[in-house]
Amino acid sequence: MEILVCARRVPDTSENEIELNASGNDIERDELVYSVNEPDNYAVEEALQIRDRVGGSVSVVTVGSEEDEEVLRRELAMGANSAVLISDETFVGSDGRGTATILKSFVKKGHYDLILTGVQADDGAAQVGGMLAAMLDYPFASLVNSIQVLEGKLKISREIEGGNREISEIDLPCVLSIQTGINEPRYVGMRGIRQVASVPIPTLGLSDLGVETASVGETAAKVKRVKYFIPVLAKGAEMLAGSREENAEKVFELIAAKGGLK
Amino acid sequence: MARIFVYIAHKAGLVEDSAIELIQAANKIDPAADPIAVVTGNGTDLDAACNYLQPLFGEVWTIANPALSYPNAELVRQVLVPVLPSNSILLVAHDHFGIDLGPGLSIKLNSAFVPDVVSVEGLEGSALKLVRQEFGGQVSTEVRCDISSGAVITVRPGAFKPGQTVPKSGLVLDKSSAVGTLSSRRRYLETIVAESGDVDITKHSVLVSVGRGIQEKDNIGIAEELAEALGAAVSCSRPVVDAKWLEKSRQVGSSGKTVKPKVYLACGISGAFQHLAGIKGNPFLIAINKNPKAPIFQVADVGIVDDILEFLPELTNKVREMRGVAAK
Repeated sequence: MEILVCARRVPDTSENEIELNASGNDIERDELVYSVNEPDNYAVEEALQIRDRVGGSVSVVTVGSEEDEEVLRRELAMGANSAVLISDETFVGSDGRGTATILKSFVKKGHYDLILTGVQADDGAAQVGGMLAAMLDYPFASLVNSIQVLEGKLKISREIEGGNREISEIDLPCVLSIQTGINEPRYVGMRGIRQVASVPIPTLGLSDLGVETASVGETAAKVKRVKYFIPVLAKGAEMLAGSREENAEKVFELIAAKGGLK
Repeated sequence: MARIFVYIAHKAGLVEDSAIELIQAANKIDPAADPIAVVTGNGTDLDAACNYLQPLFGEVWTIANPALSYPNAELVRQVLVPVLPSNSILLVAHDHFGIDLGPGLSIKLNSAFVPDVVSVEGLEGSALKLVRQEFGGQVSTEVRCDISSGAVITVRPGAFKPGQTVPKSGLVLDKSSAVGTLSSRRRYLETIVAESGDVDITKHSVLVSVGRGIQEKDNIGIAEELAEALGAAVSCSRPVVDAKWLEKSRQVGSSGKTVKPKVYLACGISGAFQHLAGIKGNPFLIAINKNPKAPIFQVADVGIVDDILEFLPELTNKVREMRGVAAK
């Protein structure tokens, strides 16, 4: 099974408090800690486990900039067979459709049986996998939380409401978006990353992929972010500012007052 | 102005609330829109959904086919493409079905796609201004969507409250004949219902709910001790289940259980909407989180900025002390 995983590097929300920049047209990106998008990490792990069960290879691709190479390096350390960085100035500002167009051109240059993405990026929209499938005319399934390889097809489970699971068969080749929790991604240490430090990661651009300039980048985008702001969901909590002990006592009193004690 | 369609999801004829909320979203885009319902299915289920929809819509478009008795997004996409007029705006609920259907449909219709919309800011020419959220709800973004070639927009369930609508007469138009032979390379087999687990969190009046802030499996005991002192149960948010620290049956949220406790202690939970969607019945919500900017503080009744690994043991001691006193 030849598997391609599309992954991204994103600001890590468990490591950062996301704040706005002074002009409100972006988040403050200086000093942000970045890491691989969490669902993508599960997608890479799933690809590796499938390869180890049925044979084949795992390639990882990201559309981004030079800085995103660290994510690819990490995935090589996890065990991916190869990694490619897609980067070109004309790609900057692409919307989901633009990114899917770029990936389609890349996929067409290879022969993949299975293409995986993470279900959604923290700053994303859960869209590129489904768009890519439609452009390739491959079947698609989102929110996949288990995969069993059969002859020429897969038996998959999708996460639906209430923790229920929708079971389907899907023909290969196909595109799946992978939900978190599908597996336990392996740990990668600094040593593992050092071991793959010399593995070449080719960079492909517009002309390598044969992408039409008019179909990508900011000018082609039908959807553009115009401003960022901090949402106001509700009036906000009454914040307790006492000592830890005082706060604990107050919380106990509140639980009792609300009829919560048995 | 392009016509606005809303895709009506139903379970065996029972129309989902989130589908009705789409009417409000459509009216926000264009108060004069008179959105058209599109509903797919088969037999008596489709008839039941259709009857329910008639007083709510001026037009109801139906697509009947035995292959559509289960809403397989791969098939629904195939049938919508020939039925929707070019440049239409289609609204769909942003749930497991909308996520499955929307992105690919926008490609097949050659239209724009905006997912998980929480608010509509208005229309300027062919630019529709919509609000989404990023980074688990920590920031909102206003996006400008060019709708000149149509748009597929998925709408967050619960973001638009159903409002009063003038009763409509619901002209039913059967569009089934526009659809050719249906076959899918993805075939639905069955639905496996979630297991109930050892503890039923939906039956408890107090929940000690832990999130990523619990940091590691060994710390779950801290929450269990507090729950035991209170006579409560331990529940959790998604990252705790993903990390296999607690069973799936303990998860609160749209992909987990819906709970209705009297008191909900959100401990190290950021407050993503998928989690909040599982908390019903307006419980008294107490949030403890290290991050003063965590979205949970916006929806909580009482908030404490503290490390749960320090605060929860303190609270456990306090509960034991106070209840011990009360028992004497």
